[in-house]
Amino acid sequence: MATVSVRQALKSFGTTRILHGVDVEISDGEFVVLVGPSGCGKSTLLRMIAGLENISGGEIAIDGRVVNNVPPKDRDIAMVFQNYALYPHMTVRQNMAFSMKLAKAPPQVMEEEVQRAAKILGLDALLDRYPRQLSGGQRQRVAMGRAIVRHPQVFLFDEPLSNLDAKLRVQMRSEIRELQQRLGTTTIYVTHDQIEAMTMADQIVVMNGGRIEQAGAPLALYDKPANLFVAGFIGSPAMNLLPGEVTPQGFRTQGGALLPLPPGAPPHAATYGIRPEHMSLSDDGVEGTIVLVEPTGSETQVTMRLGETVVTGAFRERVQGRPGDKLRVLPDLGLVHLFGPDGARLPG
Amino acid sequence: MSATTAAPTWTKMRPKQGALSRLFDWKPFLAFVCLLPAVGLLMTFLTYPLGLGVWLAFTDTTIGRSGIFVGLENFIWLADDPIFWNAVFYSVFYTGVATIGKFALGLWLALLLNQHLPMKSLLRAIILLPWIVPTVLSAIAFWWIYDPQFSIISYVFVDVLGWRDTNIDFINTAWPARWSLIAANIWRGIPFVAISLLAGLQTISPSLYEAALLDGASAWQRFRYITFPMLLPILAIVMTFSIIFTFTDFQLVYAITRGGPVNSTHLLATLAFQRGIPGGQLGEGAAIAVSMIPFLVFATLFSYFGLARRKWQQGEGND
Ligand SMILES: Nc1ncnc2c1ncn2[C@@H]1O[C@H](COP(=O)(O)OP(=O)(O)O)[C@@H](O)[C@H]1O
Ligand SMILES: [Mg+2]
Repeated sequence: MATVSVRQALKSFGTTRILHGVDVEISDGEFVVLVGPSGCGKSTLLRMIAGLENISGGEIAIDGRVVNNVPPKDRDIAMVFQNYALYPHMTVRQNMAFSMKLAKAPPQVMEEEVQRAAKILGLDALLDRYPRQLSGGQRQRVAMGRAIVRHPQVFLFDEPLSNLDAKLRVQMRSEIRELQQRLGTTTIYVTHDQIEAMTMADQIVVMNGGRIEQAGAPLALYDKPANLFVAGFIGSPAMNLLPGEVTPQGFRTQGGALLPLPPGAPPHAATYGIRPEHMSLSDDGVEGTIVLVEPTGSETQVTMRLGETVVTGAFRERVQGRPGDKLRVLPDLGLVHLFGPDGARLPG
Repeated sequence: MSATTAAPTWTKMRPKQGALSRLFDWKPFLAFVCLLPAVGLLMTFLTYPLGLGVWLAFTDTTIGRSGIFVGLENFIWLADDPIFWNAVFYSVFYTGVATIGKFALGLWLALLLNQHLPMKSLLRAIILLPWIVPTVLSAIAFWWIYDPQFSIISYVFVDVLGWRDTNIDFINTAWPARWSLIAANIWRGIPFVAISLLAGLQTISPSLYEAALLDGASAWQRFRYITFPMLLPILAIVMTFSIIFTFTDFQLVYAITRGGPVNSTHLLATLAFQRGIPGGQLGEGAAIAVSMIPFLVFATLFSYFGLARRKWQQGEGND
């Protein structure tokens, strides 16, 4: 168990700069999720922490020790790869025991460790199989088993669930989280799926284009996104972000809709943000035209047009309307997010 | 008459099949017909010469006289022939040493080429050159390199470096000639091995090496536990081919030494040719050629059972 600090980390491939000074502080036993769109540099950062990529600038410390020049095997970390990277010519048992075999552990210790990990992961019956003979979820578990037996200071996961089907993904999500809580090992988990990030993390680090947009607890990011990127990235369905300007009557969007503003709204607000689930149907709301109604059972998602502006609402009520019908919606004024012209969140 | 009339009833009917069409739908016949061209070709160009060769081995045919069946006489005769046994010894020795050399150097070269090198594709193309050049051509080059008077190697050692006073004897006495031929064969065989193994190396996922790196494996351990076992299946196939080609080699030896000096570098193939065509003893030549078959069968079985598909490559359950 250990802390991990990334300070002003830079990374370039040739002349292309991929990471532009990244800072992350991870405390002991924390589950941190790096999330961001594809290609933003999450894997690169993770691989730098693992030691698989060199560090072009800044420093990375594990448990207080700067590891910039420490080879991967001496960093005391274990990594689960997106494609699992199981050794195809070794059985599950041999895969899990490989690191101990290299460290010349006595055979009975190896067997004990493997049995213990297999029990935790429910792999007891599969120890003599080859990776080819396992399902995706089982391979995923073996990859985790291989990490567990090493008792590392830090677990690294690189999109470990992206090759699984939706149902298994949800199941493995909670299994990984549960396992991490049981072992208490500091964990860095990379994903592009913000739902995974929200459900698993103690701390979410949102990355975009090689920079960190915001870091914090999941609900803090949801409640107070620091900028337009985080506002649009975190939350599903995504927040409505409506460019426009503040007028005495309210916020006038570029599409021509007039939305109510909370009292004391800063006059230079340039974007109005409201989450679909923070709108309600109300007779004194803004009139809109239904474009699409998508009932999910527990709620109804309605895409509608206010003036020329398209917004999405999610309502508990069942909406009976059809495309073209009118309806009135009211944003919850306490939960409106306002952003300045530079995209940063405005206080209030 | 009403405006709408009942649609005429129409039932789909299968057209009656003719006798010929039914014949072609009959699996055994169809398989037979489809196989016919391939079987015909194989019979003409493979089975017939092989069969003829085997038949000749049991006759006393010479050039210009069709022989009669003499049973095992040719083989009994060969069993007492020291030149034949010398050829057997040299064939095995030649194959063994050349295979080891080709695979050691070829694997090393493949590992090198698998690294990130500048101008990688150009290097790979250059590597293939020895193999692309017709054997006879490279044999002539080696003949020149090994020439007692004009050898470039001798020139370098004697005249340039001054390390020796006399020219090196490459092919005028038995053992130097044997080693020289093996060297030529290795040189010629490396590209095939290196490029095939390189193809095998490239199928190994880089993330396996990364996983092994994190598991604490040194460079040697990564080779020993990842590269080598994963390369084994392709190694087996390449080795089988290489052994067969080397054991049946003819051109290099015939072009450089013609089996000499004093028959010391005869391979079974060159000896068979020597006895059969210039010597005219077709029956005896055929018998020498036939005596290669057991070795070749052994090499094939070795790779088939010893090295071929491993359990981990198969998808099915093993319990
Ligand atoms: N070895 C490499 N050489 C050059 N560019 C790379 C290399 N690895 C990654 N990149 C680039 O770095 C950027 C970030 O990649 P990556 O960290 O894999 O993103 P992701 O957030 O999807 O995991 C991408 O634009 C990718 O093209
Ligand atoms: Mg990635």
